[in-house]
Order: sequence, then structure tokens, then C-alpha cells
Amino acid sequence: MFRQLRARFGGPLAMAIVTLLGIWLIVMVTLPQLQMIEYSLRPNLLPAQIGGPDDRLTLANYATLFNNDIHRTIFFKTIWSSVLVTLLTLAVSYPLAWYLAKVATPRQAALCILLLIIPFWINEILRTYSWFIILAFRGPLNEVLMMLGLIDRPIRFLSGNGGVMVGMVYAYILFMVFPVYNAIESLDDNQVRAARDLGAGTVRTHRRIVIPHAKPGIATGCIMTFMLAAGSYAVPALLGSPGSRWFTQIIYNWFFEGGNWNQGAAYAFLLLVLCIGFMSLIMKVFKVGLGDIGK
Amino acid sequence: MSSQRFLAFGLRFYVVIFFIYLFLPLIIMAAATFNDSRFPTVTPWDGTTLRWFGELAADRGMWQALANSLIVATGVLVVAVPIGIATALFLNTVTSRAKPFLYALILSPLLTPGVIIGISTLIFWRQFGVSGGIFLTVLGQATFIAAYVMLMVTARLQRFDRTMERAALDLGASQWQMFRRILLPYLKPALYSAAVIAFLQSFENYNTTLFVVGYDTTLTVYIASKVRTGLTPAVNALGLILILVTVLFAAIYELKRRREAARAVQGV
Repeated sequence: MFRQLRARFGGPLAMAIVTLLGIWLIVMVTLPQLQMIEYSLRPNLLPAQIGGPDDRLTLANYATLFNNDIHRTIFFKTIWSSVLVTLLTLAVSYPLAWYLAKVATPRQAALCILLLIIPFWINEILRTYSWFIILAFRGPLNEVLMMLGLIDRPIRFLSGNGGVMVGMVYAYILFMVFPVYNAIESLDDNQVRAARDLGAGTVRTHRRIVIPHAKPGIATGCIMTFMLAAGSYAVPALLGSPGSRWFTQIIYNWFFEGGNWNQGAAYAFLLLVLCIGFMSLIMKVFKVGLGDIGK
Repeated sequence: MSSQRFLAFGLRFYVVIFFIYLFLPLIIMAAATFNDSRFPTVTPWDGTTLRWFGELAADRGMWQALANSLIVATGVLVVAVPIGIATALFLNTVTSRAKPFLYALILSPLLTPGVIIGISTLIFWRQFGVSGGIFLTVLGQATFIAAYVMLMVTARLQRFDRTMERAALDLGASQWQMFRRILLPYLKPALYSAAVIAFLQSFENYNTTLFVVGYDTTLTVYIASKVRTGLTPAVNALGLILILVTVLFAAIYELKRRREAARAVQGV
């Protein structure tokens, strides 16, 4: 590998490239992850005890999750809610992606994409905060619903999972729209026309032609959305309440309130395993490779 | 046929609703800035005021957080952009059986939850006696932002005509001169875009930053903490300003990108 680099760029430059890449992949990406795993396998000890008889590898930090009912419940709730957020986001994004890719004129599509990009550039915290205002107990949503006579008294949107999920769909929707749009865009219009001419209805055309073609995009969107949802701290922190805690909040508490980094590392690693597991599952179900995801 | 038309109408209606859904929250947040109410809301409207901008300007914590954010973002540029370029050049040059594995490793920071990157960075540097602060925030953020830079540089590099490189070398340029005078200028537009994206990504990052920031609060962390404690419409004033700046950034970026794309089509 180095020979090819040297042949193209010469020794010093090749050296610089390899050094930068090495620092990144080894010091910034790999070693910290390994250190985190190592940390998770050790008990939380006082400085004096480190290296002593109690300092041995153990799975105790992982057992904590399964012995603590509250944490276990939150862990599974986080998985389930993130799956739900992913499905909701896909359902909301798909018609839009289809419209942008195949229905809109090029001018309309360009305008829509610009409009989509603008909120995408805006801080996740601010986008989440805007829902905090809307969903507030005396906020505009409750006012409007009461004005319409749909409810008698304000609803506490911010004390359940509903608010968190609404905020997440809103925050991560563009990570779904763009991959799905890109995938549908590359579909040959003639295939859709042929399906129609052969008598396929709308549902059938999508199920048999468009969705199979868009699979890599759908897979990418689902992987990104799930990862962002399961790993989100901002949205549950702003839109949730103590009763709707997210797994990331438990992790945060281990680090900065419980002061038990080893325990926190174990939980963090479980979150990582969860995301890798979901990614592998999606790639298997949709039969796509990692190469399709980078696109 | 009429059901087809009904569906087409339904789709258009949906798209309109979607864009309302996308923008209404931001508009409501912006509007609440001007409401003369102690709590940020638009209902009820207690009169129009500009006082929240004044309160924001008087908030010293905000200015400190802004300064920290700018320092961090600059640091991220310095770390992530060279790494991103080097990685793109590496992927563009090397053919090896190890490449798929390396490529997976290179993409992995984009597929790892931000909190995990923050946590692992925090744990790793503890053994060297480095605790949370600006330095770790730069490193943590650069870990995944470098991958974004790589993707953007790679996209341009793939369209690079390597005969230009050969020509330079045949005409007697050294490999360094070729890099400096041919490759780097060719990559320049992608580097500008990558720098803008990297800066913004850093500026608005929350999940990674939260774990490595220590006491050097950045603006995003500051906003989040304000929402949790001591929320006033001054937060909205800050949000409104940030949105306006971001939209301005985005508009310039888009304009440049489109001009670039148009030039590419013309083959100039």
C-alpha cells in the first residue's frame, strides 16, 4: 500500500498521508473504542485499589443492566422506540422522496431540495427546542386543540414518550429523505411506465418496482435514523421527563452523577453493540453491503 | 384515471403539509422571541418587544460559550481537514485486499452514535491525565468530522483526470510540485465546502461534545442547559440569530456549489 502511495506522491508526502491516516484510525478511532471496552470489563475501584487483588476482568458491569429492572426497561424501551421512530420516519419520508424523484418537475424538485436543506443546516438543539415550545403545557398546540374543541384541558405532551418521538422524527427526517430520494431518482422512468401499462396499480408498482429498487437507500436511511435515535441525548433531554428517560441519559448519569465510568463504559458498549446489531440486521434483510451505505 | 388524479392531488397536498411541518416549528420559535412574556411562547401574545435581544447581549455566559465554540470549530478544521484529505488520497491511490476492511473502519465514525465517540475519547485520554475541555472536544468532534471531509474530497477526486498528473511529471515537475500545483488547486472547491461543513458540524454538535466538554461549555451545550434551567425568550433570540446566520451560510454555500456544478457541466 505504501509503495503505491510513494510511487504517486513521493516519499515525504506518502509518509504524511500514512501518518495522518494512522493517527486518525489508531489514536482517534480504534484505541479509544478498545479502551472503552477494557474499561467496561473492570470494576470501579479507588485509585489505591488499582492493580490490587480486586482489579481483575469481570462481566459484573454488564450484569448490572440485567439485574436492574429500571435500566433494563429503559434499554428495551429505547430499542423499541427507536425502531418506531425509524418506521415513522420512513413512512413520512417515502411519499416525499417519491414526489421529489419522479413526480415534481426539475424546477420544483430543486426548490424543494433547497427548502429541505435549510432546516437540515440548523442546529439539532434548536430544532428540538422549537418543539419544546409547541408542545408546552400552555403552548400553541394545546391552545389550538382547545380552540377547535378537540380537548377540554391542555395535555402534558412533554411528560411521555410521544413528545420525544415526535421530536426525533422531526430531527432526523432528512437522514431518511435524502438516501431514499437518491435511490428512487436512479430508477428508470420506463420501468414505472411499463408496470403501469401492464396493469399494475399504484400500490403494486411501488411494492414490486420502486421499493425493491430503492432498497439500498431505504436501508441507509433506516440505519442512520435508528443510530441517531438510539444514540440521541438532546431530544429526550429537552422533550422528555424523568418518566421517559432514554438509555443515553442513563449512560450520562453513570459518568457525571454516579461517577462510575466503568459501569458507564459497559452501558455505552451495549449501545454500540445494539447499533451494530441493527445495522447488520438491516443489511442482511435488504441484502446490501457497506459500499452502498457510503453513497 | 380519476383515482390516479386523486392520488396525484393527494401527493401534492401531502408535500405542502410536509413543508409546513418542517418550517412551522422554526417560525413559531422565531416569533416567540418578540413576545413580551417571561416564558417563551406565542400563546398568549403579551405584546411585542425587542428586549430579549438586549438580555441576550448582556449574558456573559453566552459570549464565553460562543468564544469556546469558535475555538473548537477552528481546532476541528485544523485537525479534520488534513486527515480527510490524506484519507481521500489514500483511498484514491491504494489497491489492496485490506481496503474493504480499512474503508469500513474509515466510515465507522459516521455509523457510531455521537455519545459513544465522546465517551471513548474521554476514557482514552484519562490515562494521560487529560480531562474534558476544549482539547478533547476538538479531538472527539474531529474523529467523525474527518470522515465527512473524506467523503467530500473523495467525491471530487473521483472525477480527477489523472493524465494531468502524468503530464506534470513528464514535463519535469517533482511529485511535490504536482501535488501542490495540480492536485491541490483541483481539490480547492471541495476543500472549501468541506471546511464549511466541518465548521458547522462542529459548531452545532451536541451528543459528542456533551461528554468531552468539561467546563468549557460550547454554545450548543449552553443553549441546552438554558432550556433545562432558566429558560427565557433570550434563548429564542439566540436561536433566531443562529438560524439567520446558518441560512446565510447555507445560501452562500449552495450558490457556490451550483455555480461550480454549472461550470463542471460546461467543462471549464
